[in-house]
Amino acid sequence: MSDVQEAVAAVESDGPTAPAPLLSLRGVSKSFGPVRALTKVDLDVPAGQVTALAGDNGAGKSTLIKTVSGLWEPDEGDILWDGRHVRMHGPRDAEALGITTIYQDLALCDNLDIVQNMFLGHERLRRGLLDEGSMERSARETLESLHVTTVRSVRQQVGSLSGGQRQSVAVAKAVMSRSRLLIMDEPTAALGVAQTTMVLELITRLARQGIGVIVISHNLNDVFEVADRIAVLYLGGLVAVVPKEEFDRASIVEYMTTGTLERQPGRETGGTPANAGGRN
Amino acid sequence: MLKGGGSEEKSGLAVDSRGHEVGSPEEQPPAVATSSLEVVGSLREYANSLGSRLKSGETGILPVLGALVVIAIIFQIETSKYLSGGDIVNILAYASIYVMFGMAETFALLLSEIDLSIASVGFVGAMVMTEIMTYPNNWPWWVAVLIAMGVCTVIGIIQGTIITRLRIPSFVVTLAGFLGWYGFLIFITDIDRSALGGVLEIPSSNAIWGMVSKQMSPAAGWIVMAVAVAAFGVYTWGRDARRRSQRLSAPPRSITALVIAGVAAVGVLLVIVCNFNRGTAIQPEKGMPYFVPVVVVIVVAWTILCGRTRFGRYIYAIGANPEAARRAGVNVARVRTAGFAMCSLTACFAGILYASREGSMSITVTVGSFTLLGVAAAVIGGTSLFGGKGKPGYAVIGGITVAAMYWGLYLLAISADGTDMAIAVLLVAAAAVDTVIRRRRSTSAV
Ligand SMILES: Nc1ncnc2c1ncn2[C@@H]1O[C@H](COP(=O)(O)OP(=O)(O)OP(=O)(O)O)[C@@H](O)[C@H]1O
Ligand SMILES: [Mg+2]
Repeated sequence: MSDVQEAVAAVESDGPTAPAPLLSLRGVSKSFGPVRALTKVDLDVPAGQVTALAGDNGAGKSTLIKTVSGLWEPDEGDILWDGRHVRMHGPRDAEALGITTIYQDLALCDNLDIVQNMFLGHERLRRGLLDEGSMERSARETLESLHVTTVRSVRQQVGSLSGGQRQSVAVAKAVMSRSRLLIMDEPTAALGVAQTTMVLELITRLARQGIGVIVISHNLNDVFEVADRIAVLYLGGLVAVVPKEEFDRASIVEYMTTGTLERQPGRETGGTPANAGGRN
Repeated sequence: MLKGGGSEEKSGLAVDSRGHEVGSPEEQPPAVATSSLEVVGSLREYANSLGSRLKSGETGILPVLGALVVIAIIFQIETSKYLSGGDIVNILAYASIYVMFGMAETFALLLSEIDLSIASVGFVGAMVMTEIMTYPNNWPWWVAVLIAMGVCTVIGIIQGTIITRLRIPSFVVTLAGFLGWYGFLIFITDIDRSALGGVLEIPSSNAIWGMVSKQMSPAAGWIVMAVAVAAFGVYTWGRDARRRSQRLSAPPRSITALVIAGVAAVGVLLVIVCNFNRGTAIQPEKGMPYFVPVVVVIVVAWTILCGRTRFGRYIYAIGANPEAARRAGVNVARVRTAGFAMCSLTACFAGILYASREGSMSITVTVGSFTLLGVAAAVIGGTSLFGGKGKPGYAVIGGITVAAMYWGLYLLAISADGTDMAIAVLLVAAAAVDTVIRRRRSTSAV
């Protein structure tokens, strides 16, 4: 365990610019009854970078991002936002901080149309009533900017869309919120080639604009294409956080499946004895 | 349950007109709320998208319109006077009670819950109102109505709070409410010494008595209808034209015109039917009863509430996917509780309509059958039992269908038990249609 933490620490301390992290987790744990889904996770998420979260099925990736999104409070540990302790009692709190999340299950309402889903919880009003016109226009602009051209009408019910179209709607919904941290749980899992390219480009573009991005993906191609840093979860614990360049595919897979690295990769992962939480 | 009487009239359009007259004006505003239409579009594109929506199970009120036609044809063949005779206004008075209970139930069904206490709660409201505005209290009728509305809303909040905070299934809580609030009704009636045999008469000088039993002059009926239709037409045309000019989804011009024309036709038919003399030659009784505009106003208000406000939007979202609503920041427990409060409040209106229709309130009111008929009106109208699908306006056509069924069975001189069985079959048939549509949707999606 200790050299794992060192591995984490090593990376945390040697970023070229080492910006103050947007979000930091310190010793965050979460259990569901007897199942320990997260054990003492320390993670820094800097602004302007893409942090990929890798891990096997059931490793705790979705649990981690749901904790950060305020769906539940962690059993132990602290969440720091801009270096300050925050407690989130609900999704609204995370949103108020500037955290937007695309969930793995998308969280869409099948009986509402695309516009209604994209604005759920953020409906625009005019004279006390829903301003459908303004919402429809914004929704259409956002979808067009994402090159989502396959939907027949923005007034189509989401229940009648294909899996990929639904995912596009979820992505568009998140993009519209203009937040400071965008969390995407498997955003490209159901997308076609063109839409995947769009979403990956979007992720890079948003990061360049200074937004912090957390991406979960099982597709290592996507991970290597967009990520600046890769964090690996194994059975609820964080086993590595490494810049992409210093990771190769084989070592990621080994981390994901065994939680450790027997074979040495291109670089010594343990070493620099810096404090895991240290910001230089 | 339906009392016949009144004069025999020639009206070949009775059922169709009933099907539309209250049905359509309320049927249109929902389209205002959640128009799922193509941008711009020619008539052909519109027809195509309509076709694909039908195929995917968004059938709306089509099944029940079909059922209404079938019912009319069967009863016409069996009784030969179904479509030509009878007191349509009397049927509408009964239908209005079912419509209102159905709209109450719609709030619960949209939330993917059920409320079995609607009739008990509604009649508690009616009894409270009657107690307050009759001897010895004699308070003004509108104070009595406001207090009754308050009582029912509080009951709804209590039930909703128990359901959402303690997480007890609504079925159980409202089944207890069904029995408990009926007991409460008898309890408050027993306190009143003047309620002989548990019956309280409403004097005919009271406005509530007059709501169903008094009517405006035939000319006033025309004026009210013309103003209402004109307002609807101007609003709808203006809105669609604006949306088209801004290149937002809107139906083609011809469809907008058709909708307005349809509403106007229904309004005209309604006034014609109401202006038939249903009294005698010496003592004529004709004109639109006051309950008709009252019901229309409530239906329009509830349609706007469900279709054009955040509260309404959240009800639909919670009915389909409560977790998604929660993650979107919706206070799910509060919206659910408010939904049950709206359900009880609307039930109060139904109870008041019943008291007005009867001219009295009695502890012997058939709570059980009104509960069933309220659920039936909502489900037959096309509101899904599985949550998130339906509109308050659907209960209008559902309630009219239930009343039409009763009327036909009454003409056939079917006994009460036979009538109950027939309505039960109709309810199960409507639920079956709902289930089949749902299955078709779930296999066609993703
Ligand atoms: N709401 C819940 N109730 C109980 N257990 C849960 C809940 N959510 C997650 N778990 C458990 O927590 C563990 C981690 O689950 P999580 O969904 O975070 O995995 P994941 O890394 O996202 O996996 P996948 O790649 O399959 O999406 C699993 O063992 C799971 O069974
Ligand atoms: Mg997951």
